[in-house]
Amino acid sequence: MKTMTTGLLEWVDARFPLTKLWNEHLAEYYAPKNFNFWYFFGSLALLVVVMQIVTGIWLTMNYKPDAELAFASVEYIMRDVNWGWLLRYLHSTGASAFFIVVYLHMFRGLMYGSYKKPRELIWIFGMLIYLVLMAEAFMGYLLPWGQMSYWGAQVIISLFGAIPVVGDDLTLWIRGDYVVSDATLNRFFALHVVAMPLVLLALVVGHILALHEVGSNNPDGIEIKKNKDERGIPKDGIPFHPYYTVKDIVGVVVFLFIFSIVVFYLPEMAGKFLEPDNFVAADPLKTPQHIAPLWYFTPYYAILRAVPDKFFGVVAMGAAIVVLFLLPWLDRSPVKSIRYRGVLYKLALALFVVSFVALGWLGTQPPTPALTNLARVFSILYFAFFLLMPFYTRIDKTKPVPDRVTFK
Amino acid sequence: MRNTIAALILCLASGAVLAAGGHGPRLEKAEIDLGDTASLQRGAKLFVNYCLSCHSAAFQRYNRVGKDLGLTDDQVKENLMFAADKVGALMKVALREDDAKAWFGTAVPDLSLVARSRGVDWLYTYLLSFYEDPSRPLGVNNLVFPEVGMPHVLWELQGMQRPVYKELEGAEGHSSKAIDHLELVRKGSMDEQEYKRAVRDLVNFLAYLGEPAKLERQRLGIWVLLFLVVLFVVSYAMKKEFWKDIH
Repeated sequence: MKTMTTGLLEWVDARFPLTKLWNEHLAEYYAPKNFNFWYFFGSLALLVVVMQIVTGIWLTMNYKPDAELAFASVEYIMRDVNWGWLLRYLHSTGASAFFIVVYLHMFRGLMYGSYKKPRELIWIFGMLIYLVLMAEAFMGYLLPWGQMSYWGAQVIISLFGAIPVVGDDLTLWIRGDYVVSDATLNRFFALHVVAMPLVLLALVVGHILALHEVGSNNPDGIEIKKNKDERGIPKDGIPFHPYYTVKDIVGVVVFLFIFSIVVFYLPEMAGKFLEPDNFVAADPLKTPQHIAPLWYFTPYYAILRAVPDKFFGVVAMGAAIVVLFLLPWLDRSPVKSIRYRGVLYKLALALFVVSFVALGWLGTQPPTPALTNLARVFSILYFAFFLLMPFYTRIDKTKPVPDRVTFK
Repeated sequence: MRNTIAALILCLASGAVLAAGGHGPRLEKAEIDLGDTASLQRGAKLFVNYCLSCHSAAFQRYNRVGKDLGLTDDQVKENLMFAADKVGALMKVALREDDAKAWFGTAVPDLSLVARSRGVDWLYTYLLSFYEDPSRPLGVNNLVFPEVGMPHVLWELQGMQRPVYKELEGAEGHSSKAIDHLELVRKGSMDEQEYKRAVRDLVNFLAYLGEPAKLERQRLGIWVLLFLVVLFVVSYAMKKEFWKDIH
């Protein structure tokens, strides 16, 4: 006997591939069974993007993208809108959480060689997501229209002015005015709430489709599709649903616990997530003493300042991001995972992480000569990780990779 | 003049109240307590009496203050409202920006968020650090905010302080004068302890004003975290149950 629900499902399936999609991407998507801690961050990134969109929609209901009203409308949200303070803190903390989660997700890819053949396009999609995320965060940070919003945007947009010939016209075109102004705020609002999220979501879909086409990598860097049983199911694979959905729920709860500690007890994160100067309304006539971008941009900001020439500084900053795109083709190692790589790659990756974190700290500090020299050293190490990669990965002594995945 | 003051500030050595730090004088700890409603109420009273004539708190409504500080609308009207007639009105002032510039040389900042931009310790130290300085248009200066445009509005309470200088040996043999500490030269209506308590109350209120939802957020946070702990136990048990046949 057919029940109502199966009847309805058949009706839908005859018209829309609902069961097919469910099976392809969840119930019959076979993921390696040896995912470890580092594999939580993909689903967490998805959670954060949804949270940012939902809280963003509700913030938009009371926010006013107008240079005269923007700052006050944020305080209106904080004081007069029911649960407005919670929406705002979820969104502001969510922005930083997004970058933390994405950085850890990318580091996972570096550790286990997830960008290597046949997953180059997954990596490219991911890098595009990262790029759009940076634009999204930068534009979103202008909206509260505080001093740091304003002057941060002023400084970053002026960087485009360093480009020869078209620079000045380009900055004018971006701002829509000779300085950051109401016109800039309006267009950044449009891009932040409509254009960028649309592009971001499309790229996320591309990222996941590409992933599900080739299948997930794993901490051993083994292709589980090479070992299939008689039904054509990878022997080391388990259905994503229910196994990884129930596992990711645990990850989500742990993440939300840490996230809630910040939202409810440390929303300013000692001035790292919400800067003290941003509680002063934007004043085009009063430059703050020390302008630094928010923490997630500071590694690149440090690279920019490490180069004495402004134009080449901008080039170096751009190159620092572009070079990440090339990773799949720079890595010549025969193995994927760090577990079976030699000492050279392990050393290089460790130096890279140290450099990235150090640059991130240096980018928050005022540029004294000593610190600038330090930033130069770490900038060189940052680029060396990529540019020397074809050499050290080729000569690195790798260990034999097992046929089947292991639990460690 | 600016250079002299800057040099004085740069040369500030450690003293009872102030010490030279990396970025100006060391700040005293305000040690406020947002949970102390009586303190907040006293602070609100000081705020409306001494600050709200020039400084606005334009993002905040009178009745919100009343609600959060345990005051009825009538109490708010009687004790806190001098400039507005509707209890739901924003705490604005009649002072015009042009007038402020003419009288104080600068626009008067809104104080809704001053505790979040300056920090409570800065505010506390600032309100303790006014001193007599005949070279300034209003006759006073401030250790943490050199050449401040604001008069010492609380001088009737604190009295007036005068700086005590000390000689500093410079690196190249010539000495300079620096403020060592401030001493009270005219008594106010409060003694030192009373004045510090009053300033603490006022700063407490300003901290409340910076984020009225703060106490509510901290109260709620506990329940959210407790819920997540329970959810963790349940979700972890579910994961274990599903995964017991995966080897």
